[in-house]
Amino acid sequence: MLRIEGLTAEVEGKQILRGIDLELPQGEVHAIMGPNGSGKSTLSYVLSGREGYEITGGSVTFNGQDLLAMEPEERAASGVFLAFQYPVELPGVGNANFLRTALNAQKRARGEKEVDAMAFLKLAREKLKALQMSDEMLKRNVNVGFSGGEKKRNEVLQMALLNPSLAILDETDSGLDIDALRIVSDGVNALRGPDFSALVITHYQRLLTYIVPDRVHVLMGGRIVRSGGKELALELEAQGYGASAA
Amino acid sequence: MPAVAETIETVQAAQEGGYKWGFETDIEMEFAPKGLNEDIVRFISAKKGEPQWLLDWRLKAFAMWKKMEEPDWAAVNYPRIDYQDLYYYAAPVKKVGPKSLDEVDPELLRTYAKLGIPLKEQAILAGVEGAGDSPSDSGRMPVAVDAVFDSVSVATTFRGELAKKGIIFCSISEAVHDHPELVRQYLGSVVPQGDNFFACLNSAVFTDGSFVYIPKGVRCPMELSTYFRINAKSTGQFERTLIIADEGSHVSYLEGCTAPQRDENQLHAAVVELVAMDDATIKYSTVQNWYPGDAEGKGGIFNFVTKRGACRGARSKISWTQVETGSAVTWKYPSCILQGDDSVGEFYSVAITNNFQQADTGTKMFHIGRNTKSTIVSKGISAGRGQNTYRGLVKIGAKAHGARNFTQCDSLLIGDQCGAHTVPYIENRCATAKVEHEATTSRIAEDQLFYCRARGLNEEEAVGLIVNGFCREVLKELPMEFAVEAQKLLAISLEGSVG
Ligand SMILES: Nc1ncnc2c1ncn2[C@@H]1O[C@H](COP(=O)(O)OP(=O)(O)OP(=O)(O)O)[C@@H](O)[C@H]1O
Ligand SMILES: [Mg+2]
Repeated sequence: MLRIEGLTAEVEGKQILRGIDLELPQGEVHAIMGPNGSGKSTLSYVLSGREGYEITGGSVTFNGQDLLAMEPEERAASGVFLAFQYPVELPGVGNANFLRTALNAQKRARGEKEVDAMAFLKLAREKLKALQMSDEMLKRNVNVGFSGGEKKRNEVLQMALLNPSLAILDETDSGLDIDALRIVSDGVNALRGPDFSALVITHYQRLLTYIVPDRVHVLMGGRIVRSGGKELALELEAQGYGASAA
Repeated sequence: MPAVAETIETVQAAQEGGYKWGFETDIEMEFAPKGLNEDIVRFISAKKGEPQWLLDWRLKAFAMWKKMEEPDWAAVNYPRIDYQDLYYYAAPVKKVGPKSLDEVDPELLRTYAKLGIPLKEQAILAGVEGAGDSPSDSGRMPVAVDAVFDSVSVATTFRGELAKKGIIFCSISEAVHDHPELVRQYLGSVVPQGDNFFACLNSAVFTDGSFVYIPKGVRCPMELSTYFRINAKSTGQFERTLIIADEGSHVSYLEGCTAPQRDENQLHAAVVELVAMDDATIKYSTVQNWYPGDAEGKGGIFNFVTKRGACRGARSKISWTQVETGSAVTWKYPSCILQGDDSVGEFYSVAITNNFQQADTGTKMFHIGRNTKSTIVSKGISAGRGQNTYRGLVKIGAKAHGARNFTQCDSLLIGDQCGAHTVPYIENRCATAKVEHEATTSRIAEDQLFYCRARGLNEEEAVGLIVNGFCREVLKELPMEFAVEAQKLLAISLEGSVG
């Protein structure tokens, strides 16, 4: 269970999150929608521990732990995964090496046995296949020269390998073609289960026909202004955010 | 085997004048007295039973050196070196060979293991009886190793295997005895005695190093490598390496260096000469990990090295790859003289300076022949209060028609107390030549660090990964066996540079 209470945060002295309250029970998928600049990515960074985001109030607990007191890598090891809206390029760092280093760093932190190169390759190939990605992806440098859609798929590949218990998907659907959208959604749905929960940030109702959310929240001006069932997304698509603002 | 236990009497007998060499010999080492004068030069030469021509050569160098000034143009600061307060000869005394690895000094084995030398070669280097008789049976490519401990070469492995192909791989002292014609012909032919202050000093007092000769048309079947180690206190290390690749031959050579941790600074002034004939290729890789000094800048090696290769033949190629993580001060410019038409020179370098380390390193490419090509890729990483300077010269002669150079210098800064400097000189006297230079300076980006950490890497692991990525183009030039080791070294050298 992820519990966010009265969360306020600023960036460079500017208040962005103005009191977020949100409960995401284990096993559920919630969607967050909202206009550009409303603070969606800020929320995802605050949840994953990025520097430069100053928490000015409120609390976040994940499975009873004080998430805000943890380093980003500790959050990752305890199951938090952020699929970046803008995945970062790491020149010269091979994708396979990156993924295995990340997986083993998490395993080490959890006191689990690390995977060797062979076992990793087998696992990676499995996940690649499920996402209809070519093995070539493993040889390339992390996100370098990837198309927008390839970057997003690479995020989902990482998620599949790291097998998180809380995934925050920040506009993972943006830039995906129709087929990729379905494949990526299948990838997310494959993880769904009693021990997995997700916050899916999106601008488009279409994604939510593939990844059907348990709840939909509207984030505006740094607050959750409305929450509802999956039909809320349809209503927003038809009417825009104007009505929510009132 | 050069490291022979000798009594004071035998040494005295070898000295015509009967000098009184007060030996400071403890169980493991024997030293010549501190200080430098003509007698010491004679002593070293006599100790090695050298022919007169080589003694004369050394004495000539010493006479030149006495008139030379220590250079001060490099961007490095270090306390004055007292050349009279150093030992110029220190040799481990050979004991009866150990029967198994269990009997070998564990410190020595740890050193080899840390350098990534496989167990089999460790046994051979440590002089375990019978260990060198058969080639490595582990199925992997064997690596022939020469180990230079302080002043002398302690062992060379796989010599028999190589000899079958006519390859000579031995210590330079042995080469002086066994192949005097080759040594006499090539020694000092690339780096003359009076080339520079440090090379001149080396010419006078060099004690050992490796010698390689690859005959015509032979492709050396294994990596050749030398491990240099400074062990003794207050001891300068002056090794001399000479590699000759005859027509159409090919060799890949790797040197690794370490030194123990000491509060005092130690001097290392080596000379490496390479000669490549028509269609020959020499690939020379260095992983330099001399003790860098502690976090406060105390101790560490002063590394003043002259490395130069001559591409004498047409279509010959010399490629330098260096990973410089150690030393308190590094002063080093592996260079190529591209005499042969269509010859190729390459320089791939990673230099890391952390804490108070200083590196002034780069290369010189002399284009003399037609259509000569050179590539320079330099990656400098500065952390802590480290200072890193790339200094390069690309010189194109009037007759080097069609010559090409491409230079890329990238600097990465970690923290805000370090420095990176790029000093590229270009002298082009040929209108048909083309010279390209690219340079970048960057910092590890916050978003890259966060991306890695959000995937579970801690800050140091993230920096290690990003730095390794930054150095990729250079690391991929290293022989496979050592690339992994180099990657680990990069991460280790940056420990404590973040957070
Ligand atoms: N580092 C920063 N410096 C200054 N302002 C920032 C910074 N990061 C975010 N902001 C501001 O915070 C606000 C919220 O940004 P955020 O990226 O969270 O929006 P978003 O809801 O994700 O928008 P989008 O739908 O366009 O992705 C914006 O006004 C943005 O300009
Ligand atoms: Mg956003």
